[in-house]
Amino acid sequence: MMRNMQSGTYAQPQEKTVKLSTVISAFIILAVYAAVFVAEQTLPSTSILFTVLKKGATYALVAVSMNLLNGFTGLFSLGQAGFMLIGAYAYGILTIPVEQRANVYQYYNGGIVQFALPVVPALIIAGLVAAAFAFLIGLPVLRLKSDYLAIATLGFAEIIRTIFQWDKLGVLTNGSNLLREYPTFSDFNIRGADGEVTLYLSTLVPFIIAGVCIALIVLLLRSSYGRAFMAIRDDEIAAEAMGINLAKHKQIAFCTSSFFAGIGGAMLAMYQNTVQAKAFTSAMTYEILLIVVIGGIGSVTGSCIGSFLFVACSEWWLRFLDQKQMIGNFEVPLLRNGFRLVVFSIIIMIVVLFFRQGIMGTKELPDLFKPKKGGGKKAAKRSVKEKAEAAKEAVKADNPDAAEAIEEAAQDAAQAMTDGIANVCDAVQAAAQEAAEQAPTTLQEKAEAVKEELKAELAGDIPAAAEADAEEGGEA
Amino acid sequence: MFKTVLPYLLTGIAVGGQYALIAIGYTMVYGILRLINFAHGDVFMVSGILMVYITASGLPLYISLPLVLLLTAAIGFFIERVAYKPLRTAPRMSIMISAIGVSYTLQNLVLYITGGLNQFYPKIPFISDSVSVFGVNTKMVTLITPVLTIVLVIALVLLINKTKIGMAMRAVSKDFETSQLMGIKINNVISVTFIIGSFLAGVGSVLYFTNYNTVIQTSGAMPGLKAFVAAVFGGIGSIPGAVIGAFIIGICENLIKGLDIILFKAGITTTSYGLATFSDAFTFALLIIILIVKPTGLFGEKITDKV
Amino acid sequence: MREIVMQMDNVTMQFGGVVAVDSLSLDIYKDEIVALIGPNGAGKTTAFNVATGVYAPTNGRVLLRGKIIAQGHPTGKMRSMYAGTHIGEYGKLISHTPDKICKMGMARTFQNIRLFKNMTVLENVLVARHMRLNAGFFQSALNLNLHEERRLRRECSDLLDMLGLSDLMYENAASLPYGKQRYLEIARALATDPRLLLLDEPAAGMNPQETDELSDFIRKIKEDFKLTVFLIEHHMNLVMDISDRIYVLDFGKLIAEGTPEEIQKNPAVIAAYLGVEEE
Repeated sequence: MMRNMQSGTYAQPQEKTVKLSTVISAFIILAVYAAVFVAEQTLPSTSILFTVLKKGATYALVAVSMNLLNGFTGLFSLGQAGFMLIGAYAYGILTIPVEQRANVYQYYNGGIVQFALPVVPALIIAGLVAAAFAFLIGLPVLRLKSDYLAIATLGFAEIIRTIFQWDKLGVLTNGSNLLREYPTFSDFNIRGADGEVTLYLSTLVPFIIAGVCIALIVLLLRSSYGRAFMAIRDDEIAAEAMGINLAKHKQIAFCTSSFFAGIGGAMLAMYQNTVQAKAFTSAMTYEILLIVVIGGIGSVTGSCIGSFLFVACSEWWLRFLDQKQMIGNFEVPLLRNGFRLVVFSIIIMIVVLFFRQGIMGTKELPDLFKPKKGGGKKAAKRSVKEKAEAAKEAVKADNPDAAEAIEEAAQDAAQAMTDGIANVCDAVQAAAQEAAEQAPTTLQEKAEAVKEELKAELAGDIPAAAEADAEEGGEA
Repeated sequence: MFKTVLPYLLTGIAVGGQYALIAIGYTMVYGILRLINFAHGDVFMVSGILMVYITASGLPLYISLPLVLLLTAAIGFFIERVAYKPLRTAPRMSIMISAIGVSYTLQNLVLYITGGLNQFYPKIPFISDSVSVFGVNTKMVTLITPVLTIVLVIALVLLINKTKIGMAMRAVSKDFETSQLMGIKINNVISVTFIIGSFLAGVGSVLYFTNYNTVIQTSGAMPGLKAFVAAVFGGIGSIPGAVIGAFIIGICENLIKGLDIILFKAGITTTSYGLATFSDAFTFALLIIILIVKPTGLFGEKITDKV
Repeated sequence: MREIVMQMDNVTMQFGGVVAVDSLSLDIYKDEIVALIGPNGAGKTTAFNVATGVYAPTNGRVLLRGKIIAQGHPTGKMRSMYAGTHIGEYGKLISHTPDKICKMGMARTFQNIRLFKNMTVLENVLVARHMRLNAGFFQSALNLNLHEERRLRRECSDLLDMLGLSDLMYENAASLPYGKQRYLEIARALATDPRLLLLDEPAAGMNPQETDELSDFIRKIKEDFKLTVFLIEHHMNLVMDISDRIYVLDFGKLIAEGTPEEIQKNPAVIAAYLGVEEE
C-alpha cells in the first residue's frame, strides 16, 4: 500500500507574508549555529562533541548531495565515495603550502604542483573537478536502468580509487602515500601573539561551509529545475512527454550532486588532517546511503539529522558497547570491541525494514511546525464514523429513511479518499448496499452486520500511521 | 614465454571457476527478483569463516565440510526470509538498500567475532596438495575447480530444464505475477533459488580460501563484486553466461597481474608500468563497457517497457 | 486550403516478430477533432507512441506541421524480419525525443494515468511549464527569477481554475479521485501550450454522466485554447458526439476512415467490433 507523502514543502505559494513555520525553522537553525559557536568557546576543545559536530556537518553535506540524486531525482547512484575522493584530493593537492611539498611528496621529488591556493577557491575548484568527472562518467552511464546505474557508478568509483593510487600518477597524487600538511579546520582558530587560541572557529567553519552548500541545494530543489528532477523521479516517461529533456536534466542533477560531494570530500580531508585514496571505499558510500535512508529519502532536513545521529552513535553514544563493562563482579557478555558496529547494523536493518520512510519521510523542517490541516485522515475517519453511527441509529429505530441514511453514509465514506480509509469505505459501502436491498424486518440484522464490519475494519487492517488516530477515536 | 604466462593462466582458470560459483547465485536471484543481492559476496565470506571456526572446534572434515555447506545454504535462506521477503512489494530501491544493510551487518558481525584479525583457512587434504603442471607448481585446487564448476553447472542446468521446480523457477523469472496466478508457490521457488545460490557460493568459498588462505570480514567484497560483473557480462538471468563471464574475468585479471612481467619477458617493454594495480579496475572497466555496448550482456534478452 | 497539423505516412511499427502498426497513414487538419478507434490491441496507443517519439518507427514517417519528426526504415536485424510494406521509400533515419516533440507543440495524455504521484496538483502542472522557462539554469537554481516563478504559478493556477481543480491545488496528486486525476492529466498537457493535443482514452473508467461532461469539456478547451484534438477512445457515444472524423484500426491496419455517420454504417467496422459492446 503506497504511503501518501505529505503535501510538498516545495509547492507552497510564495506569499508576501512569511509563514510562521518558516520563521520558527529559521530561528532554530540560527540557534543551532549560535550554540555551536558558544559551545566551542566554552567546552574543552578535545571534547568528542566537536568530533561529532565536524564529521556530522561533513556527512550532512554529502548525504544531502546524495539525496539530491537518489531521493529527489530517482537516480540510484553508488558513486559518492569516488567523487568525495576526487574533491578531497583536488583540495589537498591545491592547498599544500609550497614549502611543505618536498616533504609530503618525498618519493616524487616534491610533486608537480608547486603553488598553493587559499582555502575557498580550492574548495570551489575541488567541487568543479568532481563535477567535471561526473559529467564525463554521466555521458554513458545515466541512460542505464536503476540497478545497472548503481553498479556502474560503483564500478567507476572503484576505478577512480585505483587510478588515484597508481604509482605513475604519484607526482600529482602522491600515489599510495598520504596527502597531508594542507589547511585543516583547526587552522581556522584565531591565535594570539603567544600562539594560544583566542577564538575557536574550527567547528563553526564546517558548519558554515555545509550550511551554505545545503542552502544552495535547497534553493535548487525549490526551483523549476527541482520540480523537473522530482518529475523524473516520479515518472520519467511522463516527464519526457511534458518537455523535459531527460539526458540534460539527469546530467545536471548528477553533476550538481557530485560538485557538492566533492566539496564534502574536501571537508572530510580538512577534518581528518590526512587523506588516502585507499579509505574512500564503497563502504563509505553505503554509510552515506544508510544515513539518507535513516533520515528519509526525499528530505533534506532528514539527511542532516540522520548524519548527526549516525556520527554521534558511531563515534560517541554507542562507544560504551565497545568496552568491557562490569556490573559488580559480573562481566557483561558480548560487550567488547566491535559490538558497537553490530548493534548499529541491526538498528539500521530495523529502520530499513520497518521504518522505510525514515525519520522525516519527505517532510522538511518547516513542515513540523505547520498547523494540522482541517481535512486529512483523522477528520475524514471521524466523519465516516459519525455518519455510520447515525445510520445505525436510524436503522435500529426502524426508520423508513434508514436505507437512505446508510446510502448516504456509504457515499460519504467513498468520498474520503485516503488509503487508510479505503477498506473502511468498501466495508460500509458493501454493507449499506446489502442493507438497502433487504426488507425492513432484516434491517436490524444488517445494522449489526455493519457494526461488526466497521469494528473489524477500524480495529484491524489499517496502516501504521493511522494507528495513532485509531487509538484516539476508539472502536466503532 | 609459455612458462611465464602459464601460472597466471592457471590461477585465472581456478579463480574464474570460483567466481562462477558465486556469480550463479547473483544471476539466479536477479533473474527472479530483479534484485542485486549485495549481501551474496558476504555470505561467501561467512562460509569461509564458518569453516575456520568449525574446523577449529575439532570436528573431522567429513562432518565439517557438509555442515559448512548446509549452514551456508541456511544462511542464504534466512537472509531472504528476514530482509528481502517483507520488502517484496516495496519500491526497488528499498530492497537494494536492505541488501546493502545485510552486507554491512554481516561484515560487522564477522569483524566483531574475529576481532579484525586474519583468520587462517584450514588445510583441506588433497585439494591443497601441490602439483606440477607443465613444470609450473600449483595447488590441486587449481585443477579441481574448473572441473567441479562445470559438473555443478551442468547439474544445475539439468535441474532447471528437467525438473518441476526448475520449470517453476524459469516461469517466475519470466513473469513474477502471472506465475503466482498459475498456482506456483512463489515463496518456495524463491527460497530454493537462494538455497542453491548460497550452497554454490559455499562450495566456491572452500575452493577459493584453500588457495588464498586468509579470511577477513572484507574478503567477500571484491569477489562478490567481480562475480556480479561476470553475471552482468554474461547476461543477467543466464547461468551459462555468468559462468563464461566469470572465467573470462578470472583469466584476464590474473593475466593483467602478470602483465608487466609478461611484457618484459617478451621484450616489449623495458620497465615496469605498475600495471598490476589495474587488475581490479579491469573488471570494472569491462562492466562499464558491456553496460554501454550491450547492456543485456552476452546471452541476455532485451526487455521492452510498455508505455 | 486546410492546414495539416500532423501527418503519418505508412507508419509501421514492428516489435520483434509482431507488427503492431501496419502502414498507417492519416492526416489531421487544423481545428479538427479526430478519433482513432479500434478493438483492444489494435495498435492505437502504439501509433500514439510513434507520433510522440516514444518509439522510432520501423518504417514510414511522421510530420508535424510539415516538418519530419520521425522517419525510419528497417535496419540491422529488422531488415530480414520486416513484415510490412513500403520498403525502401524512406531514407534518413530521424527520431526526435518526446521532449523535443512536446516543445514543437504536440502534447499527450496517457492511457494509464501517469501523474507525478509524489507531487502536488499545482506542481504537476508547473512541471509542464519547465521547458518554457526563460531564466537560465543558474538564475533559476538560485531562485533569482522570482518574477517568472510568480507568473508561472499564476498561469498554472488560472489553468487549474478553468478545469475546476483550484481547491485541490495543494493536494497530493495521488490522493485525487480517479475522475479528477484524468482532468489533471489533461490540465498538465494543456500547460505545455500545445497546438495538437493527443488524448489516450480520456474517458476510461468514467460513467455515462462523466463522459458527457468530458465531451463538453473537450469541445470547450478546443475552442478556448485553439487546439486540434486527436483522441483514442472506446466510449462510442463520446467518439460519435464530438469527432469530426474517425480512423478505425484493427490488428494494426487501417480498415476505415470517415465521418461518424459513415463509420457507423461501415460493414468492415461493424465486423471488427462484432461482439464488443459499447461501454
